[in-house]
Amino acid sequence: MNGAGQRAMPAPADVRAASAGAARADASAPPATAERRAPTTPDALARLAASMVAPRPPAWRRALTRIARLWLLALFVAVWELVSVFGQRINPQLEVMMPPPTAVISAAADLLSRGVLFTHIFASLQRVLLAVGAATLLGVPLGLAMGWSARFRSVVDPLLEFVRPIPPLAWIPLSILWFGIGDVQIVYIIFLAAFFPVVLNSLAGARDVDTYLVRAGLSLGARPRELFLTVVLPAALPHIFTGMRIGLGIGWMALVAGELVAAPSGLGYMINNARTLFRSDYILLGMVLIGVLGLVLDYLMRQAARLAMPWHKGQ
Amino acid sequence: MDARPEAAIQVDVRNVSKVHFSMKGEPLLALLDVNFQVRRNEFFSIVGPSGCGKTTLLNLLAGFEQPTRGELEVGGEAITAPGWERAVVFQEYALFPWYTVVQNVRYGLQRKRVPEAEQRRLVDHYIGLVGLRGFESRYPRELSGGMRQRVSIARALAVNPSILLMDEPFASLDIQTREYMQDELLKIWQSEPKTVIFVTHSIDEAIKLSDRIAIMAPRPGRVEEIKTVEFARPRDPTDLEVVRLAAEVKAWLRQQVFGSRQGEDAARV
Repeated sequence: MNGAGQRAMPAPADVRAASAGAARADASAPPATAERRAPTTPDALARLAASMVAPRPPAWRRALTRIARLWLLALFVAVWELVSVFGQRINPQLEVMMPPPTAVISAAADLLSRGVLFTHIFASLQRVLLAVGAATLLGVPLGLAMGWSARFRSVVDPLLEFVRPIPPLAWIPLSILWFGIGDVQIVYIIFLAAFFPVVLNSLAGARDVDTYLVRAGLSLGARPRELFLTVVLPAALPHIFTGMRIGLGIGWMALVAGELVAAPSGLGYMINNARTLFRSDYILLGMVLIGVLGLVLDYLMRQAARLAMPWHKGQ
Repeated sequence: MDARPEAAIQVDVRNVSKVHFSMKGEPLLALLDVNFQVRRNEFFSIVGPSGCGKTTLLNLLAGFEQPTRGELEVGGEAITAPGWERAVVFQEYALFPWYTVVQNVRYGLQRKRVPEAEQRRLVDHYIGLVGLRGFESRYPRELSGGMRQRVSIARALAVNPSILLMDEPFASLDIQTREYMQDELLKIWQSEPKTVIFVTHSIDEAIKLSDRIAIMAPRPGRVEEIKTVEFARPRDPTDLEVVRLAAEVKAWLRQQVFGSRQGEDAARV
Protein backbone atom coordinates (compact mmCIF):
# COMPACT_ATOMS: atom_id res chain seq x y z
CA MET A 1 0.00 0.00 0.00
CA ASN A 2 3.03 2.25 0.31
CA GLY A 3 3.04 1.97 -3.46
CA ALA A 4 -0.44 3.48 -3.68
CA GLY A 5 0.87 6.46 -5.61
CA GLN A 6 2.60 4.28 -8.19
CA ARG A 7 -0.22 1.83 -8.77
CA ALA A 8 -1.62 3.52 -11.81
CA MET A 9 1.57 4.06 -13.79
CA PRO A 10 1.45 7.00 -16.17
CA ALA A 11 2.92 6.70 -19.66
CA PRO A 12 6.76 6.95 -19.72
CA ALA A 13 6.66 10.41 -21.31
CA ASP A 14 4.54 11.66 -18.42
CA VAL A 15 6.97 10.20 -15.94
CA ARG A 16 9.82 12.09 -17.52
CA ALA A 17 7.78 15.26 -17.57
CA ALA A 18 7.04 15.00 -13.88
CA SER A 19 9.78 16.49 -11.72
CA ALA A 20 11.24 14.58 -8.78
CA GLY A 21 9.44 16.97 -6.43
CA ALA A 22 6.08 16.25 -8.05
CA ALA A 23 6.70 12.52 -7.80
CA ARG A 24 7.29 12.82 -4.08
CA ALA A 25 4.12 14.84 -3.68
CA ASP A 26 2.27 12.07 -5.51
CA ALA A 27 3.45 9.43 -3.06
CA SER A 28 1.61 11.22 -0.28
CA ALA A 29 -1.47 11.69 -2.40
CA PRO A 30 -4.61 9.55 -2.11
CA PRO A 31 -4.75 6.34 -4.20
CA ALA A 32 -4.45 7.49 -7.74
CA THR A 33 -7.01 6.78 -10.40
CA ALA A 34 -6.31 6.38 -14.09
CA GLU A 35 -6.70 10.09 -14.90
CA ARG A 36 -3.28 11.51 -14.09
CA ARG A 37 -3.90 15.01 -15.41
CA ALA A 38 -6.16 15.92 -12.50
CA PRO A 39 -4.27 17.25 -9.48
CA THR A 40 -4.25 14.89 -6.52
CA THR A 41 -2.89 16.90 -3.60
CA PRO A 42 -5.61 18.32 -1.34
CA ASP A 43 -4.24 21.86 -1.81
CA ALA A 44 -4.26 21.67 -5.58
CA LEU A 45 -7.77 20.23 -5.56
CA ALA A 46 -8.96 23.02 -3.29
CA ARG A 47 -7.46 25.59 -5.68
CA LEU A 48 -9.08 23.88 -8.66
CA ALA A 49 -12.47 23.81 -6.91
CA ALA A 50 -12.12 27.49 -6.01
CA SER A 51 -11.38 28.36 -9.64
CA MET A 52 -14.69 26.81 -10.74
CA VAL A 53 -17.01 28.83 -8.54
CA ALA A 54 -17.60 32.52 -7.96
CA PRO A 55 -15.07 33.93 -5.47
CA ARG A 56 -16.31 34.19 -1.92
CA PRO A 57 -17.33 37.79 -1.21
CA PRO A 58 -15.03 39.68 1.17
CA ALA A 59 -15.78 39.63 4.89
CA TRP A 60 -17.27 43.14 4.99
CA ARG A 61 -19.60 42.20 2.15
CA ARG A 62 -20.81 39.08 3.97
CA ALA A 63 -21.26 41.06 7.17
CA LEU A 64 -23.34 43.60 5.26
CA THR A 65 -25.53 40.87 3.77
CA ARG A 66 -26.14 39.47 7.22
CA ILE A 67 -27.02 42.91 8.63
CA ALA A 68 -29.42 43.48 5.72
CA ARG A 69 -31.36 40.40 6.88
CA LEU A 70 -32.19 42.22 10.11
CA TRP A 71 -34.82 44.25 8.26
CA LEU A 72 -37.71 42.60 10.11
CA LEU A 73 -36.20 43.53 13.46
CA ALA A 74 -35.57 47.07 12.21
CA LEU A 75 -39.15 47.31 10.96
CA PHE A 76 -40.43 46.13 14.34
CA VAL A 77 -38.41 48.83 16.18
CA ALA A 78 -39.53 51.50 13.70
CA VAL A 79 -43.22 50.60 14.06
CA TRP A 80 -42.86 50.54 17.82
CA GLU A 81 -41.29 54.03 17.71
CA LEU A 82 -44.01 55.43 15.45
CA VAL A 83 -46.88 53.87 17.35
CA SER A 84 -45.71 55.10 20.73
CA VAL A 85 -44.70 58.62 19.56
CA PHE A 86 -47.90 59.29 17.62
CA GLY A 87 -50.03 57.23 20.00
CA GLN A 88 -49.08 59.53 22.84
CA ARG A 89 -50.92 62.36 21.10
CA ILE A 90 -54.14 60.33 21.18
CA ASN A 91 -53.64 58.67 24.55
CA PRO A 92 -51.12 60.38 26.89
CA GLN A 93 -51.00 57.27 29.08
CA LEU A 94 -48.88 55.59 26.42
CA GLU A 95 -45.88 57.64 27.56
CA VAL A 96 -45.77 55.41 30.64
CA MET A 97 -47.37 52.27 29.22
CA MET A 98 -45.13 51.99 26.16
CA PRO A 99 -42.17 54.36 25.86
CA PRO A 100 -40.52 54.47 22.40
CA PRO A 101 -37.12 52.90 21.65
CA THR A 102 -35.51 56.34 21.65
CA ALA A 103 -36.64 56.80 25.24
CA VAL A 104 -35.05 53.45 26.14
CA ILE A 105 -31.77 54.59 24.56
CA SER A 106 -31.77 57.86 26.47
CA ALA A 107 -32.59 55.90 29.63
CA ALA A 108 -29.48 53.78 28.97
CA ALA A 109 -27.37 56.92 28.48
CA ASP A 110 -28.81 58.37 31.67
CA LEU A 111 -28.06 55.31 33.80
CA LEU A 112 -24.68 54.90 32.16
CA SER A 113 -23.64 58.46 33.00
CA ARG A 114 -24.67 57.89 36.62
CA GLY A 115 -22.58 54.68 36.66
CA VAL A 116 -25.50 52.57 37.86
CA LEU A 117 -26.03 50.46 34.76
CA PHE A 118 -22.78 48.51 34.87
CA THR A 119 -23.18 47.88 38.58
CA HIS A 120 -26.47 46.08 37.87
CA ILE A 121 -25.15 44.23 34.83
CA PHE A 122 -22.06 43.02 36.67
CA ALA A 123 -24.07 41.98 39.71
CA SER A 124 -26.32 39.82 37.53
CA LEU A 125 -23.51 38.39 35.39
CA GLN A 126 -21.42 37.55 38.42
CA ARG A 127 -24.28 35.64 40.03
CA VAL A 128 -25.18 33.63 36.96
CA LEU A 129 -21.58 32.72 36.11
CA LEU A 130 -20.84 31.70 39.68
CA ALA A 131 -23.96 29.53 39.86
CA VAL A 132 -23.56 27.89 36.44
CA GLY A 133 -19.88 27.31 37.20
CA ALA A 134 -20.81 25.52 40.41
CA ALA A 135 -23.55 23.54 38.62
CA THR A 136 -20.98 22.44 36.03
CA LEU A 137 -18.33 21.49 38.58
CA LEU A 138 -20.77 19.34 40.54
CA GLY A 139 -23.22 18.32 37.83
CA VAL A 140 -20.83 17.07 35.14
CA PRO A 141 -18.99 14.51 37.32
CA LEU A 142 -22.26 13.38 38.87
CA GLY A 143 -23.94 13.01 35.47
CA LEU A 144 -20.96 11.19 33.93
CA ALA A 145 -20.78 8.79 36.88
CA MET A 146 -24.51 8.12 36.60
CA GLY A 147 -24.23 7.55 32.84
CA TRP A 148 -21.23 5.25 33.23
CA SER A 149 -22.51 3.06 36.07
CA ALA A 150 -26.06 1.77 35.89
CA ARG A 151 -25.85 0.72 39.53
CA PHE A 152 -24.82 4.20 40.69
CA ARG A 153 -27.60 5.65 38.54
CA SER A 154 -30.24 3.43 40.09
CA VAL A 155 -29.19 4.60 43.55
CA VAL A 156 -28.98 8.34 42.85
CA ASP A 157 -31.80 8.64 40.33
CA PRO A 158 -34.76 8.43 42.77
CA LEU A 159 -33.39 11.28 44.90
CA LEU A 160 -32.66 13.38 41.85
CA GLU A 161 -36.05 12.78 40.30
CA PHE A 162 -37.70 13.67 43.60
CA VAL A 163 -36.02 17.07 43.80
CA ARG A 164 -36.01 17.92 40.09
CA PRO A 165 -39.72 18.71 39.52
CA ILE A 166 -39.67 21.38 42.25
CA PRO A 167 -39.37 24.68 40.33
CA PRO A 168 -36.35 26.75 41.41
CA LEU A 169 -38.68 29.64 42.18
CA ALA A 170 -40.49 27.52 44.77
CA TRP A 171 -37.20 27.43 46.65
CA ILE A 172 -37.07 31.21 47.04
CA PRO A 173 -38.95 31.53 50.36
CA LEU A 174 -36.96 28.75 52.02
CA SER A 175 -33.68 30.00 50.57
CA ILE A 176 -34.35 33.47 51.99
CA LEU A 177 -34.84 31.89 55.42
CA TRP A 178 -31.58 29.98 55.00
CA PHE A 179 -29.31 32.58 53.43
CA GLY A 180 -31.14 35.90 53.85
CA ILE A 181 -31.63 38.29 50.94
CA GLY A 182 -28.41 38.63 49.00
CA ASP A 183 -25.96 37.11 46.56
CA VAL A 184 -25.74 33.68 48.22
CA GLN A 185 -29.49 33.17 48.10
CA ILE A 186 -29.84 34.17 44.44
CA VAL A 187 -26.80 32.11 43.40
CA TYR A 188 -28.41 29.16 45.13
CA ILE A 189 -31.63 29.60 43.12
CA ILE A 190 -29.74 29.85 39.81
CA PHE A 191 -27.64 26.86 40.78
CA LEU A 192 -30.79 24.77 41.30
CA ALA A 193 -32.10 25.85 37.91
CA ALA A 194 -28.86 25.07 36.03
CA PHE A 195 -27.87 21.91 37.90
CA PHE A 196 -30.43 19.47 36.49
CA PRO A 197 -29.96 20.13 32.77
CA VAL A 198 -26.19 19.82 33.31
CA VAL A 199 -26.57 16.50 35.15
CA LEU A 200 -29.11 14.98 32.78
CA ASN A 201 -27.19 15.89 29.62
CA SER A 202 -23.87 14.65 31.00
CA LEU A 203 -25.65 11.46 31.99
CA ALA A 204 -27.02 10.97 28.49
CA GLY A 205 -23.58 11.69 27.02
CA ALA A 206 -21.80 9.07 29.11
CA ARG A 207 -24.60 6.50 28.81
CA ASP A 208 -24.83 6.72 25.01
CA VAL A 209 -21.11 6.37 24.27
CA ASP A 210 -20.74 4.11 21.25
CA THR A 211 -20.12 0.55 22.50
CA TYR A 212 -17.66 0.01 19.69
CA LEU A 213 -15.52 2.95 20.77
CA VAL A 214 -15.39 1.56 24.30
CA ARG A 215 -14.46 -1.86 22.92
CA ALA A 216 -11.84 -0.35 20.63
CA GLY A 217 -10.32 1.39 23.65
CA LEU A 218 -10.37 -1.81 25.72
CA SER A 219 -8.84 -3.94 22.98
CA LEU A 220 -6.06 -1.35 22.57
CA GLY A 221 -5.24 -1.72 26.25
CA ALA A 222 -6.95 1.28 27.89
CA ARG A 223 -7.23 0.99 31.68
CA PRO A 224 -10.47 2.22 33.29
CA ARG A 225 -9.08 5.70 34.04
CA GLU A 226 -7.65 6.05 30.53
CA LEU A 227 -10.86 4.77 29.01
CA PHE A 228 -12.78 7.45 30.89
CA LEU A 229 -10.44 10.28 29.90
CA THR A 230 -9.81 9.27 26.27
CA VAL A 231 -13.16 7.80 25.27
CA VAL A 232 -16.09 8.51 27.62
CA LEU A 233 -15.28 12.15 28.36
CA PRO A 234 -14.66 13.29 24.77
CA ALA A 235 -17.66 11.29 23.55
CA ALA A 236 -19.87 12.99 26.15
CA LEU A 237 -18.43 16.47 25.57
CA PRO A 238 -21.05 17.63 23.01
CA HIS A 239 -23.79 16.63 25.48
CA ILE A 240 -21.97 18.32 28.34
CA PHE A 241 -21.83 21.56 26.37
CA THR A 242 -25.50 21.26 25.48
CA GLY A 243 -26.29 20.81 29.17
CA MET A 244 -24.24 23.86 30.06
CA ARG A 245 -25.97 25.94 27.38
CA ILE A 246 -29.41 24.91 28.60
CA GLY A 247 -28.31 25.41 32.20
CA LEU A 248 -27.05 28.89 31.40
CA GLY A 249 -30.31 29.77 29.63
CA ILE A 250 -32.54 28.53 32.42
CA GLY A 251 -30.18 29.97 35.03
CA TRP A 252 -30.44 33.37 33.40
CA MET A 253 -34.24 33.24 33.64
CA ALA A 254 -34.09 32.10 37.26
CA LEU A 255 -31.71 34.94 38.03
CA VAL A 256 -34.10 37.61 36.84
CA ALA A 257 -37.00 35.98 38.65
CA GLY A 258 -34.94 35.73 41.82
CA GLU A 259 -33.86 39.35 41.58
CA LEU A 260 -37.43 40.47 40.98
CA VAL A 261 -38.56 38.92 44.23
CA ALA A 262 -35.75 40.01 46.49
CA ALA A 263 -32.30 41.41 45.73
CA PRO A 264 -30.05 44.31 46.63
CA SER A 265 -28.89 44.81 43.02
CA GLY A 266 -28.98 43.37 39.51
CA LEU A 267 -31.08 43.82 36.39
CA GLY A 268 -34.15 42.17 37.93
CA TYR A 269 -33.86 44.48 40.91
CA MET A 270 -33.47 47.44 38.55
CA ILE A 271 -36.70 46.54 36.74
CA ASN A 272 -38.66 46.08 39.95
CA ASN A 273 -37.32 49.30 41.40
CA ALA A 274 -38.25 51.17 38.22
CA ARG A 275 -41.81 49.83 38.50
CA THR A 276 -42.25 51.45 41.93
CA LEU A 277 -41.03 54.73 40.38
CA PHE A 278 -43.26 54.40 37.27
CA ARG A 279 -40.11 54.55 35.10
CA SER A 280 -41.21 52.25 32.29
CA ASP A 281 -38.24 53.34 30.17
CA TYR A 282 -35.95 51.75 32.77
CA ILE A 283 -38.15 48.65 32.82
CA LEU A 284 -37.89 48.24 29.05
CA LEU A 285 -34.18 48.94 29.14
CA GLY A 286 -33.76 46.18 31.71
CA MET A 287 -35.79 43.76 29.59
CA VAL A 288 -33.80 44.52 26.45
CA LEU A 289 -30.51 44.13 28.32
CA ILE A 290 -31.59 40.79 29.76
CA GLY A 291 -32.41 39.55 26.28
CA VAL A 292 -29.19 40.82 24.71
CA LEU A 293 -26.97 39.51 27.50
CA GLY A 294 -28.67 36.11 27.32
CA LEU A 295 -27.92 36.05 23.59
CA VAL A 296 -24.28 37.03 24.17
CA LEU A 297 -23.78 34.38 26.86
CA ASP A 298 -25.19 31.68 24.61
CA TYR A 299 -23.01 32.84 21.73
CA LEU A 300 -19.90 32.72 23.92
CA MET A 301 -20.87 29.23 25.05
CA ARG A 302 -21.17 28.03 21.46
CA GLN A 303 -17.79 29.52 20.61
CA ALA A 304 -16.24 27.78 23.62
CA ALA A 305 -17.76 24.49 22.45
CA ARG A 306 -16.31 24.98 18.97
CA LEU A 307 -12.87 25.67 20.37
CA ALA A 308 -13.02 22.69 22.71
CA MET A 309 -14.21 20.24 20.04
CA PRO A 310 -12.50 20.95 16.73
CA TRP A 311 -13.52 17.50 15.48
CA HIS A 312 -17.21 18.12 16.08
CA LYS A 313 -19.58 19.37 13.43
CA GLY A 314 -20.68 22.94 14.08
CA GLN A 315 -23.75 23.34 16.24
CA MET B 1 -9.71 -32.36 11.19
CA ASP B 2 -6.20 -31.24 10.30
CA ALA B 3 -3.26 -33.48 11.02
CA ARG B 4 -0.74 -30.71 11.76
CA PRO B 5 1.64 -30.54 14.73
CA GLU B 6 -0.03 -29.45 17.95
CA ALA B 7 2.53 -26.66 18.47
CA ALA B 8 1.29 -24.74 15.46
CA ILE B 9 -2.17 -24.35 16.91
CA GLN B 10 -2.59 -20.84 18.31
CA VAL B 11 -6.32 -20.45 18.85
CA ASP B 12 -8.36 -23.25 20.33
CA VAL B 13 -12.15 -23.01 20.57
CA ARG B 14 -13.72 -25.95 22.38
CA ASN B 15 -17.42 -26.68 22.83
CA VAL B 16 -18.31 -23.02 23.05
CA SER B 17 -21.95 -22.11 23.61
CA LYS B 18 -23.26 -18.62 24.25
CA VAL B 19 -26.67 -17.58 25.55
CA HIS B 20 -27.83 -14.04 24.86
CA PHE B 21 -30.90 -12.40 26.32
CA SER B 22 -33.63 -10.86 24.18
CA MET B 23 -35.16 -7.47 24.94
CA LYS B 24 -37.86 -9.27 26.90
CA GLY B 25 -35.20 -11.09 28.89
CA GLU B 26 -35.73 -14.46 27.24
CA PRO B 27 -32.56 -16.54 26.82
CA LEU B 28 -31.54 -17.15 23.20
CA LEU B 29 -28.95 -19.64 22.01
CA ALA B 30 -26.50 -17.55 19.95
CA LEU B 31 -23.86 -20.26 19.65
CA LEU B 32 -24.01 -24.02 20.19
CA ASP B 33 -20.98 -26.28 20.70
CA VAL B 34 -18.57 -24.43 18.45
CA ASN B 35 -15.23 -26.18 17.89
CA PHE B 36 -12.25 -25.17 15.77
CA GLN B 37 -8.53 -24.47 15.90
CA VAL B 38 -6.59 -21.78 14.11
CA ARG B 39 -2.90 -22.19 13.36
CA ARG B 40 -0.26 -19.51 13.81
CA ASN B 41 -0.15 -17.08 10.84
CA GLU B 42 -3.16 -18.71 9.24
CA PHE B 43 -5.78 -16.67 7.40
CA PHE B 44 -8.98 -18.10 8.82
CA SER B 45 -12.41 -16.86 7.76
CA ILE B 46 -15.77 -17.33 9.40
CA VAL B 47 -18.68 -17.06 6.97
CA GLY B 48 -22.39 -17.42 7.39
CA PRO B 49 -25.68 -15.58 7.00
CA SER B 50 -26.66 -12.81 9.37
CA GLY B 51 -27.80 -14.08 12.73
CA CYS B 52 -25.54 -17.13 12.69
CA GLY B 53 -23.44 -15.83 15.56
CA LYS B 54 -20.22 -14.99 13.72
CA THR B 55 -19.91 -11.60 15.37
CA THR B 56 -20.69 -13.15 18.76
CA LEU B 57 -17.88 -15.61 18.12
CA LEU B 58 -15.49 -12.78 17.31
CA ASN B 59 -16.56 -10.88 20.45
CA LEU B 60 -15.72 -13.98 22.50
CA LEU B 61 -12.32 -14.24 20.82
CA ALA B 62 -11.70 -10.54 21.45
CA GLY B 63 -12.61 -11.00 25.10
CA PHE B 64 -15.52 -8.50 25.01
CA GLU B 65 -17.88 -11.27 26.13
CA GLN B 66 -17.45 -14.52 28.01
CA PRO B 67 -18.78 -17.89 26.79
CA THR B 68 -21.71 -19.45 28.65
CA ARG B 69 -20.14 -22.89 28.19
CA GLY B 70 -16.85 -24.10 26.78
CA GLU B 71 -13.32 -22.71 26.48
CA LEU B 72 -11.49 -20.27 24.22
CA GLU B 73 -7.72 -20.32 24.42
CA VAL B 74 -4.89 -18.43 22.77
CA GLY B 75 -1.48 -20.06 23.05
CA GLY B 76 -2.86 -22.40 25.69
CA GLU B 77 -4.20 -19.60 27.91
CA ALA B 78 -7.89 -18.86 28.42
CA ILE B 79 -9.23 -15.60 26.98
CA THR B 80 -10.59 -13.58 29.90
CA ALA B 81 -10.37 -9.97 28.69
CA PRO B 82 -9.41 -7.89 25.65
CA GLY B 83 -5.66 -7.74 25.05
CA TRP B 84 -2.98 -6.41 22.73
CA GLU B 85 -2.17 -9.78 21.22
CA ARG B 86 -5.72 -9.81 19.74
CA ALA B 87 -6.34 -6.50 17.96
CA VAL B 88 -9.80 -5.88 16.54
CA VAL B 89 -10.84 -4.17 13.30
CA PHE B 90 -14.53 -3.28 13.42
CA GLN B 91 -16.99 -3.04 10.54
CA GLU B 92 -17.84 0.58 11.30
CA TYR B 93 -14.14 1.38 11.91
CA ALA B 94 -14.69 2.55 15.54
CA LEU B 95 -12.14 5.32 15.12
CA PHE B 96 -12.06 7.95 17.85
CA PRO B 97 -13.66 10.98 16.17
CA TRP B 98 -11.83 13.39 18.50
CA TYR B 99 -8.39 12.12 17.46
CA THR B 100 -6.55 12.71 14.21
CA VAL B 101 -5.22 9.86 12.07
CA VAL B 102 -1.88 9.96 13.90
CA GLN B 103 -3.50 10.11 17.33
CA ASN B 104 -5.76 7.16 16.49
CA VAL B 105 -2.88 5.02 15.29
CA ARG B 106 -0.79 6.00 18.32
CA TYR B 107 -3.58 5.23 20.81
CA GLY B 108 -2.63 1.62 21.56
CA LEU B 109 1.08 2.43 21.68
CA GLN B 110 0.45 5.06 24.36
CA ARG B 111 -1.62 2.62 26.40
CA LYS B 112 1.23 0.14 25.98
CA ARG B 113 3.72 2.73 27.33
CA VAL B 114 5.93 2.42 24.25
CA PRO B 115 8.76 5.05 24.35
CA GLU B 116 7.93 8.29 22.47
CA ALA B 117 10.53 7.92 19.72
CA GLU B 118 9.47 4.33 19.08
CA GLN B 119 5.82 5.46 18.97
CA ARG B 120 6.65 8.01 16.29
CA ARG B 121 8.58 5.45 14.25
CA LEU B 122 5.80 2.83 14.43
CA VAL B 123 3.01 5.31 13.70
CA ASP B 124 4.90 6.55 10.66
CA HIS B 125 5.58 3.01 9.49
CA TYR B 126 1.97 1.86 9.71
CA ILE B 127 0.51 5.04 8.23
CA GLY B 128 2.87 4.46 5.30
CA LEU B 129 1.95 0.78 5.13
CA VAL B 130 -1.74 1.58 4.68
CA GLY B 131 -0.97 4.44 2.26
CA LEU B 132 -2.20 7.37 4.32
CA ARG B 133 0.86 9.67 4.19
CA GLY B 134 -0.35 13.23 3.84
CA PHE B 135 -3.49 12.59 5.90
CA GLU B 136 -1.80 12.40 9.31
CA SER B 137 -3.55 15.39 10.83
CA ARG B 138 -7.02 14.75 9.41
CA TYR B 139 -9.94 13.83 11.61
CA PRO B 140 -11.82 10.61 10.75
CA ARG B 141 -14.90 12.48 9.53
CA GLU B 142 -12.71 14.14 6.89
CA LEU B 143 -11.82 10.74 5.38
CA SER B 144 -13.66 8.38 3.04
CA GLY B 145 -14.89 4.99 4.26
CA GLY B 146 -11.97 3.14 2.70
CA MET B 147 -9.46 5.52 4.27
CA ARG B 148 -11.12 5.22 7.68
CA GLN B 149 -10.87 1.46 7.51
CA ARG B 150 -7.19 1.78 6.64
CA VAL B 151 -6.65 3.94 9.71
CA SER B 152 -8.44 1.30 11.74
CA ILE B 153 -6.19 -1.42 10.32
CA ALA B 154 -3.06 0.67 10.99
CA ARG B 155 -4.25 1.28 14.56
CA ALA B 156 -4.73 -2.45 15.11
CA LEU B 157 -1.41 -3.42 13.51
CA ALA B 158 0.57 -0.77 15.42
CA VAL B 159 0.29 -2.62 18.75
CA ASN B 160 1.91 -5.62 17.03
CA PRO B 161 -0.81 -8.19 17.72
CA SER B 162 -0.18 -11.83 16.92
CA ILE B 163 -3.84 -12.18 15.98
CA LEU B 164 -5.90 -9.75 13.94
CA LEU B 165 -9.65 -10.10 14.53
CA MET B 166 -11.64 -8.53 11.71
CA ASP B 167 -15.42 -8.19 11.92
CA GLU B 168 -16.80 -7.69 8.39
CA PRO B 169 -14.19 -4.97 7.89
CA PHE B 170 -15.01 -4.26 4.26
CA ALA B 171 -18.78 -4.79 4.35
CA SER B 172 -19.69 -1.11 4.20
CA LEU B 173 -17.24 -0.23 1.42
CA ASP B 174 -18.13 0.05 -2.25
CA ILE B 175 -17.09 -2.92 -4.35
CA GLN B 176 -13.98 -1.37 -5.97
CA THR B 177 -12.66 -0.12 -2.65
CA ARG B 178 -13.47 -3.48 -1.09
CA GLU B 179 -11.46 -5.41 -3.68
CA TYR B 180 -8.58 -2.97 -3.37
CA MET B 181 -8.62 -3.32 0.41
CA GLN B 182 -8.68 -7.12 0.14
CA ASP B 183 -5.54 -7.01 -2.00
CA GLU B 184 -3.87 -4.60 0.40
CA LEU B 185 -4.78 -6.76 3.38
CA LEU B 186 -3.23 -9.80 1.70
CA LYS B 187 -0.08 -7.79 0.97
CA ILE B 188 0.19 -6.66 4.58
CA TRP B 189 -0.49 -10.17 5.83
CA GLN B 190 2.25 -11.54 3.58
CA SER B 191 4.77 -8.84 4.56
CA GLU B 192 4.05 -9.00 8.32
CA PRO B 193 2.72 -12.50 9.03
CA LYS B 194 -0.09 -12.67 11.56
CA THR B 195 -2.97 -14.90 12.37
CA VAL B 196 -6.06 -13.34 10.85
CA ILE B 197 -9.55 -14.34 11.92
CA PHE B 198 -11.82 -12.72 9.40
CA VAL B 199 -15.60 -12.60 9.77
CA THR B 200 -17.57 -11.99 6.60
CA HIS B 201 -20.92 -12.81 5.05
CA SER B 202 -19.34 -12.89 1.60
CA ILE B 203 -18.30 -16.36 0.47
CA ASP B 204 -16.39 -14.90 -2.48
CA GLU B 205 -14.40 -12.70 -0.14
CA ALA B 206 -13.62 -15.62 2.16
CA ILE B 207 -12.47 -17.79 -0.76
CA LYS B 208 -10.30 -15.01 -2.16
CA LEU B 209 -8.49 -14.42 1.14
CA SER B 210 -8.46 -17.48 3.35
CA ASP B 211 -6.44 -20.59 4.05
CA ARG B 212 -9.46 -22.15 5.69
CA ILE B 213 -13.10 -21.16 6.04
CA ALA B 214 -15.44 -22.05 8.88
CA ILE B 215 -19.00 -22.12 7.59
CA MET B 216 -21.66 -21.30 10.13
CA ALA B 217 -25.39 -21.89 10.11
CA PRO B 218 -28.03 -20.05 12.13
CA ARG B 219 -30.63 -21.01 14.77
CA PRO B 220 -28.73 -22.10 16.72
CA GLY B 221 -25.45 -20.53 15.57
CA ARG B 222 -22.97 -23.33 14.92
CA VAL B 223 -19.95 -24.19 12.81
CA GLU B 224 -21.17 -26.72 10.28
CA GLU B 225 -18.08 -27.28 8.24
CA ILE B 226 -14.49 -26.16 7.79
CA LYS B 227 -13.22 -25.93 4.22
CA THR B 228 -9.60 -25.67 3.19
CA VAL B 229 -8.86 -23.42 0.24
CA GLU B 230 -5.82 -24.85 -1.55
CA PHE B 231 -5.54 -22.50 -4.54
CA ALA B 232 -2.41 -20.37 -4.81
CA ARG B 233 -2.71 -16.62 -4.26
CA PRO B 234 -3.51 -14.29 -5.91
CA ARG B 235 -6.77 -16.05 -6.64
CA ASP B 236 -8.72 -15.30 -9.75
CA PRO B 237 -12.44 -15.14 -8.94
CA THR B 238 -13.24 -16.29 -12.49
CA ASP B 239 -11.05 -19.39 -12.21
CA LEU B 240 -13.21 -22.47 -12.73
CA GLU B 241 -12.10 -24.18 -9.51
CA VAL B 242 -12.78 -21.05 -7.51
CA VAL B 243 -16.21 -20.62 -9.09
CA ARG B 244 -17.04 -24.25 -8.38
CA LEU B 245 -16.02 -24.01 -4.72
CA ALA B 246 -17.98 -20.78 -4.29
CA ALA B 247 -21.10 -22.29 -5.90
CA GLU B 248 -20.83 -25.38 -3.74
CA VAL B 249 -20.59 -23.39 -0.51
CA LYS B 250 -23.36 -20.99 -1.53
CA ALA B 251 -25.73 -23.81 -2.44
CA TRP B 252 -25.03 -25.57 0.80
CA LEU B 253 -25.55 -22.38 2.83
CA ARG B 254 -28.79 -21.57 1.03
CA GLN B 255 -30.07 -24.99 1.93
CA GLN B 256 -29.14 -24.42 5.57
CA VAL B 257 -30.90 -21.09 5.71
CA PHE B 258 -33.90 -21.46 3.41
CA GLY B 259 -34.55 -25.19 3.40
CA SER B 260 -33.96 -27.98 0.94
CA ARG B 261 -35.95 -26.95 -2.16
CA GLN B 262 -34.19 -23.68 -2.84
CA GLY B 263 -30.94 -25.43 -2.04
CA GLU B 264 -31.54 -27.96 -4.80
CA ASP B 265 -32.50 -25.20 -7.22
CA ALA B 266 -29.30 -23.37 -6.45
CA ALA B 267 -27.22 -26.49 -6.89
CA ARG B 268 -28.76 -27.12 -10.30
CA VAL B 269 -27.89 -23.62 -11.57
